[in-house]
Amino acid sequence: MSEHILDANGLHSFYGVSHILHGVDFSVRKGETIGLMGRNGMGKTTLIKSMLGLVRPRQGAVRVRGVDMTHAAPHAIARKGIAYVPEGRGIFPNLSVRENLIMAARAGVDGRREWDFDRVIHTFPRIGERLNNGGAQLSGGEQQMLTIGRALMTNPDLLILDEATEGLAPLIAKEIWSIIKTIRASGIATVIVDKNYAAVMALSNRSVVLVKGRVVFAGESSELSGNQELMHRFLGV
Amino acid sequence: MNNVRFSRSLPYAVIGLLAMFPMLDSTFYTQLLSKVLIMAIFAMSLDLLVGYTGLVSFGHAAYFGLAGYVLALLAAKFEAVSLWWSLPAAIGICVAFALATGMLVLRTRGIYFIMVTLAFAQMLFFVFHDTKLGGGSDGIYIYTKPTMNLGDTVLVNLEKLDQFYWLVLFCTAGTYFLLRRILGSSFGRALMGIKVNEHRMRALGFPVFRYQLASFALAGGLGGLAGYLAAVQFGFVNPEILSWHQSGAVLMMVILGGMGTLHGAVIGAFAFVLLQEVLSNQAWFGIAAKHWQLAMGILIMLVALYLPQGLAGLMNKFQRKPPPEAEEGADV
Repeated sequence: MSEHILDANGLHSFYGVSHILHGVDFSVRKGETIGLMGRNGMGKTTLIKSMLGLVRPRQGAVRVRGVDMTHAAPHAIARKGIAYVPEGRGIFPNLSVRENLIMAARAGVDGRREWDFDRVIHTFPRIGERLNNGGAQLSGGEQQMLTIGRALMTNPDLLILDEATEGLAPLIAKEIWSIIKTIRASGIATVIVDKNYAAVMALSNRSVVLVKGRVVFAGESSELSGNQELMHRFLGV
Repeated sequence: MNNVRFSRSLPYAVIGLLAMFPMLDSTFYTQLLSKVLIMAIFAMSLDLLVGYTGLVSFGHAAYFGLAGYVLALLAAKFEAVSLWWSLPAAIGICVAFALATGMLVLRTRGIYFIMVTLAFAQMLFFVFHDTKLGGGSDGIYIYTKPTMNLGDTVLVNLEKLDQFYWLVLFCTAGTYFLLRRILGSSFGRALMGIKVNEHRMRALGFPVFRYQLASFALAGGLGGLAGYLAAVQFGFVNPEILSWHQSGAVLMMVILGGMGTLHGAVIGAFAFVLLQEVLSNQAWFGIAAKHWQLAMGILIMLVALYLPQGLAGLMNKFQRKPPPEAEEGADV
């Protein structure tokens, strides 16, 4: 269980002149679930993008399964088994639901194809009912499910979910949480960014908290959730 | 269901009707229709970039003209050049030119992409306009049309209008079905994804640049096919065929017909060439015929304002069905 999928060491990232990440360390081991938390603007999304090659870190290193990928192209990093579900959903409105899923299909890094079209449809029955609809004709929750389903079609070892439940009705959000649980149980490591801290901590093995681009807490989720003072200081709850 | 069957069989019916056209025995209209079909190939090739890959090229005439010049330079003065190798050569050179320029222009986006593609086309324009190679602004005559022989038998004699017309129709249909096949494949879906959001496609593991380059090269090659056929038809080439007017005209065809639908590009080419023919008819419009571009411009603006999906979108409106993209998914 200790094999590292993703390792970031001492990342410094900038947007223009603003220094966003100040030497962040972050790692994900095989099969574990990590909650990445912090208030708005603390650098969560920048950290994710820096690790995925979407933002170029100015300093520090990113390794995927021990291989240095710091300046690799985003698609090359994705092909190493890391799927990213970005904030604000990412469906392709000019493709049908079926096409949205099929386009992403590929075997995982070790050649396994546990997640295929049928299994995704089975996991997301709502989507199965709308296969011939255009991507833009889905509700917000369905779009989110489609994006997660599409990420699973790439048979990833690590799934990164950025604000997956944002803006969704509570019942739909609940459905997404239970789906994340299913994914977690299937052995895929997950990094979850979400405003619903309680749900994140209940689901994750470890939590990492960012404040102003620095890691202020990294440890067992239970340790954080049990400490009111830390929760208040870092997350304002 | 009937609607689907109707729209599936429509292309075959249209091709069948067009194939019978030379029987009307009208040289003028057969020539006009040849021109329309050649422009349809040209417009479809640009639509692959503009409508499916999200790359608005304003230099697509470069390939059209380049292929024409390749034919003109290959054609010996007194002996017909073989279609067997001159056509692949013309297309091959266009693909190579597209790959070389694509490596550079695909590093830019949006308005810069428009400008850089225009710049490359203008460079080519001046290469043929200002050097001895291309015969300056007078261009080069192609005295003998290419022939297609198998041993000693002449398979296709392009001096005969009917045979030329059928070859053009064959190429147009071939381009249509080839592109339809490609766009229905996973490669095509990836292009459509890239059109919407490149970052998202990268995050999904798609090497976006390579896909765009492939699309750019394919569009260049098909643009070359159109240019080759046009050069055969008119029997001469001059720098006008790779000028920015030409790039603008084909872009207008795509917009007129409706971006992102192959049949839209074909309809756009028909509409554009026929409108040009009608609007510049002096018997009907007198002095205004000279300024047909004005009327054309107004028409294009009206289409852009009221028919954002072009003339092809008008067809869908009447049939009251969801946009074609959503429906085509049914057969994968």
